[in-house]
Amino acid sequence: MLLEIDNLYVNYKSYWYTLKVLNGVWLKVEKGERVGIIGESGSGKTTLLKTILRVLPQNGIISKGEIRYDGRNILKLSDSELAKIRRKEIGMIFQDPMAALNPVFKIRDQLYDILKYKMTTEGHNPSSKELYEESLRIFNDVRLPDPDRVLESYPFQLSGGMRQRVMIAMALASAGKLLLADEPTTNLDVTIQDQILKLIHRLVVEKNLSIILVSHALGMVYQMTDKVYVLYAGDIMEEAETRKMFNKPKHPYTQLLIASTPRLSSVGVGEGIRGKLPDYRNPPAGCRFAPRCPYVMDKCINTKPSRIQLSAEHTVSCYLYD
Amino acid sequence: MQDDIILNVSDLKKYFNTAEGVVRAVDGVSFNIRYGETLALVGESGSGKTTTGHVIMGFYSPDDGKIIYKNRYDLSAPMKKRPLELKRDIQIVFQDPGTSLNPKRLVKDIISLPLLIHKTIDKRRIYDKVAELLEYVGLSEEFMFKYPHELGGGEKQLVAVARALAPQPSFIILDESTSALDVSSQAKVLNTLVKIQKELQLTYLLITHDLGVVRNISQRVMIMYLGKIYEEAPTEKFFKSPMHPYTQMLLSSIPTLSEEDEKIKPKGIESIGEIPSAVKPPNGCRFHTRCPFAKPVCSQRDPPDIVLDSNHIVRCWLYE
Repeated sequence: MLLEIDNLYVNYKSYWYTLKVLNGVWLKVEKGERVGIIGESGSGKTTLLKTILRVLPQNGIISKGEIRYDGRNILKLSDSELAKIRRKEIGMIFQDPMAALNPVFKIRDQLYDILKYKMTTEGHNPSSKELYEESLRIFNDVRLPDPDRVLESYPFQLSGGMRQRVMIAMALASAGKLLLADEPTTNLDVTIQDQILKLIHRLVVEKNLSIILVSHALGMVYQMTDKVYVLYAGDIMEEAETRKMFNKPKHPYTQLLIASTPRLSSVGVGEGIRGKLPDYRNPPAGCRFAPRCPYVMDKCINTKPSRIQLSAEHTVSCYLYD
Repeated sequence: MQDDIILNVSDLKKYFNTAEGVVRAVDGVSFNIRYGETLALVGESGSGKTTTGHVIMGFYSPDDGKIIYKNRYDLSAPMKKRPLELKRDIQIVFQDPGTSLNPKRLVKDIISLPLLIHKTIDKRRIYDKVAELLEYVGLSEEFMFKYPHELGGGEKQLVAVARALAPQPSFIILDESTSALDVSSQAKVLNTLVKIQKELQLTYLLITHDLGVVRNISQRVMIMYLGKIYEEAPTEKFFKSPMHPYTQMLLSSIPTLSEEDEKIKPKGIESIGEIPSAVKPPNGCRFHTRCPFAKPVCSQRDPPDIVLDSNHIVRCWLYE
């Protein structure tokens, strides 16, 4: 087991109120496994990834839970141990490369910074020629054309697809074991998205990385992963092997979500899901999907359903299967 | 002009002057829309699809070309010169309801504004009408007294749809109207759009990059790339036998959700390259820089319109 999250609670505190976002999240990632997390925007997907790297904003409080990475509890590590993991083992591709890259430094400065830090801590002080060669190597990895121009550019001078490739190159420089990808293609056109996904897929296989791919684009998760978790309003609703999840979803939320996705082969989409995400200041006490669920029962409202193991590769949290 | 055509666009051009040079956003586009149909205008960012829609709306006047609406109105005249009845008849639903709805107004005020401007209804009955419009898009009367921030994304977009319906238009431009929404709320909006179109006999111009949405609500599809239209076909045919290499590339790039969908994707073509700058578009066929089947002629001359059958048109040298 590479990563195991158990009973994780994360709140965002402000002066007036507390947003209770993650509500006992659990998750397992094996070595080399490709894991997807799906759910609507605002369901806590990004918060979960940020918690794994412990890069939550200052008001984000981890109130309970455990994140075991390679046998160690990430939540108890010292800053220097954590820095080592971020530097060499876990890399993250952020959603919006324009926001993640520094707008006032050239790509060269930002990339060299990462490479230099990494090499120096390995006890080797790189010359600028070595840094340049290493940059060319990793740019070649992500199939970035015209690397010399890219190095001399500021982020705004690159196209969206190229910025995302730069981001992936940077993330890979520090992802030795696990890659966290947070909606890696949301702002890209479909033809570019396809190129980027194939690129990530190839790199993950080549380097035998584990990946957690977070997305609300279900097709992407279907194509790229072995196992899927459904996250709704901070709760894991269902876990299953990818084909099983998309062919035979069990949780009402998953069923409605998948039925809502437009298909190419047929006309007609499901009726969608009424209502909206709950208010995190005062979330439902029981199942967090209860207010929107067409099959809601009395017990759903008061107590949170526990995990039910349907088969070896399928787990659901819903009273319908009790 | 035929009687069943509501909008006729011919050789439309719209250029923008920028610091880098002249951007040829729309560069010679011609098409017809028939009464009661949904025509999808599909393209990637920078293809000029939104500019086309906005020129029809009157946000910009075209540099060249003609737009004739309902056989009698000339839409190439500037917005200010359009008669009120024409403005009433063409409405638009924007991409992001978070920014297209005034955050400081109640839903009832948002929807009643066009009613007041166009005086389509007696003032005393105005809130009855608002309630009726809300019910029409599947929202209850209680929504009248809510602010946009109290609504979910899908509900907000439905309010925007109700606002567009308020002045009783016959033509609505849907400018990426569902792309900012989650699939769960997108489904509701799509179903509502289909329902009201049937009941009110509306005509839609659907501007989108999402071919899944196209499949579900449109009857005809046009593919736009760098300011030009390269393929035009009825939806069924479009998905069954896409002809232009760009269309094939687009379709093959979609991440699908099932085996059946996977079968529809064209084989033997892979997405490469990026859309070039619209300041210096490639000569000849503008797609030739990314086309795996490009021939010498493709980079020299514009491809001709090739009519495969009465309503499937492709502009590509391969089919010459």
